[in-house]
Amino acid sequence: MAHFPKAHGVGEWLDHRLNITALKKVMMTEYWIPKDINFLWAMGMILAFTFKILLISGIFLLMYYKPDVNAAFDSVNYTIMQEVGYGWLFRHIHAVGASVIFLVIYIHMFTGIYYGSYKKGREMIWLSGMLLLILFSAEAFSGYMLPWGQMSYWAAYVITNIFGGIPLIGDELVVWIRGNFYVADATLTRFFMLHVLLVPLAIMGGIAFHFYTLRIPHVNNQTGEDIDFGKEAEKYKENPKRSKIIPFWPVFMAKDVFVLSVFLLFFFYLVFYNYGFAMDPVNFDPANGLKTPAHIYPEWYFLWSYEVLRGFFFDIGPLKAADIGLLAFGFAQAILLFMPWLDRSPTVAPANQRPYFRYWFWIMIVVLIVLTIYGKLPPTGTNAWIGFASSIAFIVMFAILPVITEKEARTVAGGKK
Amino acid sequence: MKELKILAVIVVFTGITYWGVEPLAHSIFHPHVAPADFKFADLDRFEAEGTVANGKSQVEMNCIACHGIESEGIVAPMDKQTANMSYGVVPPDLSLAGAIYDETFLAGFIKNPAKATKTEHKFTGGKMHPMPGYDWMSNEDIASIIAYLKEVSTKKLEKEALELKAEMNSTQDSTEQEAIKKAAEKAHRKEVFENACGRCHDMKYAKIEATSDVSNYMGSTPPDLSMMIIARGEKYLTTFINDPQKHLHGTAMPRVGLNENAQKAVIKYMEETGDSKKEEREALAPWVLGFLGIMVILSFLWKKEVWSEVK
Ligand code: HEC
Ligand code: HEC
Ligand code: HEM
Repeated sequence: MAHFPKAHGVGEWLDHRLNITALKKVMMTEYWIPKDINFLWAMGMILAFTFKILLISGIFLLMYYKPDVNAAFDSVNYTIMQEVGYGWLFRHIHAVGASVIFLVIYIHMFTGIYYGSYKKGREMIWLSGMLLLILFSAEAFSGYMLPWGQMSYWAAYVITNIFGGIPLIGDELVVWIRGNFYVADATLTRFFMLHVLLVPLAIMGGIAFHFYTLRIPHVNNQTGEDIDFGKEAEKYKENPKRSKIIPFWPVFMAKDVFVLSVFLLFFFYLVFYNYGFAMDPVNFDPANGLKTPAHIYPEWYFLWSYEVLRGFFFDIGPLKAADIGLLAFGFAQAILLFMPWLDRSPTVAPANQRPYFRYWFWIMIVVLIVLTIYGKLPPTGTNAWIGFASSIAFIVMFAILPVITEKEARTVAGGKK
Repeated sequence: MKELKILAVIVVFTGITYWGVEPLAHSIFHPHVAPADFKFADLDRFEAEGTVANGKSQVEMNCIACHGIESEGIVAPMDKQTANMSYGVVPPDLSLAGAIYDETFLAGFIKNPAKATKTEHKFTGGKMHPMPGYDWMSNEDIASIIAYLKEVSTKKLEKEALELKAEMNSTQDSTEQEAIKKAAEKAHRKEVFENACGRCHDMKYAKIEATSDVSNYMGSTPPDLSMMIIARGEKYLTTFINDPQKHLHGTAMPRVGLNENAQKAVIKYMEETGDSKKEEREALAPWVLGFLGIMVILSFLWKKEVWSEVK
């Protein structure tokens, strides 16, 4: 058995048993981050914090929410919003949090793409991040159903219907997902389970995994420079000003906390004054399976892929429009996973310093914004054609990515390093 | 500074996306309509003099066969269920009619209810509006009816004002007085709402149940109005209540003909019901944002200090 000398004070006592001094070093004071970073590197911590906000506000909502088609709408809009003390605050925080976390996820992802942070040993960071994106999408979709308003119902109806397009098993699959032939109580209760138990658990595991994938490759920096962390750590201990790295605690976190505070100011401004974008007005009409709303659309963060789905609105030869849309949709969901392999250039550098990629990056952002905006507008007349063109553009952009990065690799002679 | 440039890029792209999915999309879903018309300009101008006394006898001869006027001690001739069965909808009590309906509208309505409510498309093929039109009546008689209804409402409101004053004088505490006054104002708004909308619509969260079941008469069940202030928003309601056909062409909901004040009271009451925590929200906001503002400053100072040792 280990030898336990008498401890002087609680800290030492704990240290003997849990080795907290070493743990603190490994996790905080000697967990190294490059010094040459900007506020975009704080997005990860903002995401972790926003997730915590969602978890806590969600627990409060859970105390009064009733997962039953006859009680759900009133439990949210009357009990929580009007009767429970500050219930409205928790609901606004939860709804705005769910919407804003996607904005930050997208910023975080595109930071990764811009700086090439998914390459050269960082592939697992990217994949674990994509896993989180998928889990958050599931969490958002299942949560949106819970208030059982018109949009809850009809978005659930439309999205579950998509699975019906899968050959052979489609129809059975839809029934299996819904737990009924139509969207009903069984659908609500199972999505409730997913939303409050299974998916949050998976997200927590996913975040732990994502953090772990960062340990060995370390995070990237503003120039993409390949840092020798061992050597720089020695330098830091001699003179912090001369080293290219900083410790996670307190230096990295000092900046994160500042960025987080600014973010929270913006966040709570939305919570109090501008929450409509996160709580669609149509969802304040109770669900009614007999009355289709004039416009059905998902939340804003799903619009780009929704537009790819419906962008193909006419049959091509023997292919039905719906099937082409479904294929394109599947492509859009999966393709980002392969980013580390579609980018054939070994160069790790900001997009603006890469010959073709610099155009690719900004065009991609424009295409996604166009898809997002037209994903909400009625798909009629020119709107339909713009949706079609931008869906094609989206696919073409990913098809040419390997080509232009291959070319880059050749012209820059093996890349920067 | 570079970080500000990055921030600007993010703000611009986020702003464009926001503009597209919110203001732009909503302006397309709900095309702009002409502002509410409280003059009811599509109805004939009505210029005639009438007297309260003549109005009283006209109303007693023609109207109380169906309507009650509670404040005058006139009870409706039928109980609600029988009335509902006979007319498809319970004729509303007229105690407040003179105060909440616009005059031009009232004249137009008495002459031709379907036309004034813009629901002529519902009454074709022999179907008749449950209230008969009085276009055979002289303009003087109609003006008299309106004068009488106004008189009735004024009397009722004056009486209520006196009662309120007495109740407020029963206490010295000014906050208590304020509370009594607020409660009375809210009760008035509720009454206006019940008069104008309560024969067709439920409002569950205010424990208001429609007096009639109009599903047969209207061809559809009017929705519960509890959350409409959020589901449709004030702007939509302002033009919708004033003229439902503007937003829902061909709808069964009648134009009810409220004057501007009454419509404001209805919308305010809908807000008090559907968005009851608005005041609390607006009162709390500056505290939370102020606290976070201080956090921003403190965390900035901390960051500067920590980084001054490494940079
Ligand atoms: C045969 C029964 C009957 C008679 C007689 C009758 N009404 Fe009505 N009245 C109704 C019914 C039914 C309604 C409700 C109509 C609806 O909701 O579509 C109504 C509605 C009203 C309204 C509400 C209008 C609005 O915009 O909501 C007013 C005001 C009114 N009547 C005034 C009168 C006056 C004044 C007279 C006498 C000149 C009269 N009524 C005679 C049955 C009657
Ligand atoms: C005579 C019956 C009647 C009266 C009185 C009436 N309504 Fe309605 N209302 C209806 C019906 C029927 C509908 C459903 C219309 C439809 O779906 O086409 C409706 C629909 C509505 C809607 C939903 C519109 C939408 O965009 O879907 C609102 C809001 C509304 N009414 C508000 C009011 C208010 C406020 C009042 C009182 C000032 C009122 N109504 C008085 C019958 C009535
Ligand atoms: C909500 C879930 C997420 C959380 C909590 C989270 C958290 C973090 C944190 C704390 C970091 C380190 C600090 C930083 O660079 O910001 C990080 C880095 C990273 N994350 Fe995430 N992340 C999430 C989702 C994602 C997603 C969806 C992706 C994209 C697929 C992603 C890709 C990356 C990449 C590539 C890095 C490395 C950045 C670099 O090396 O510079 N993450 N994440």
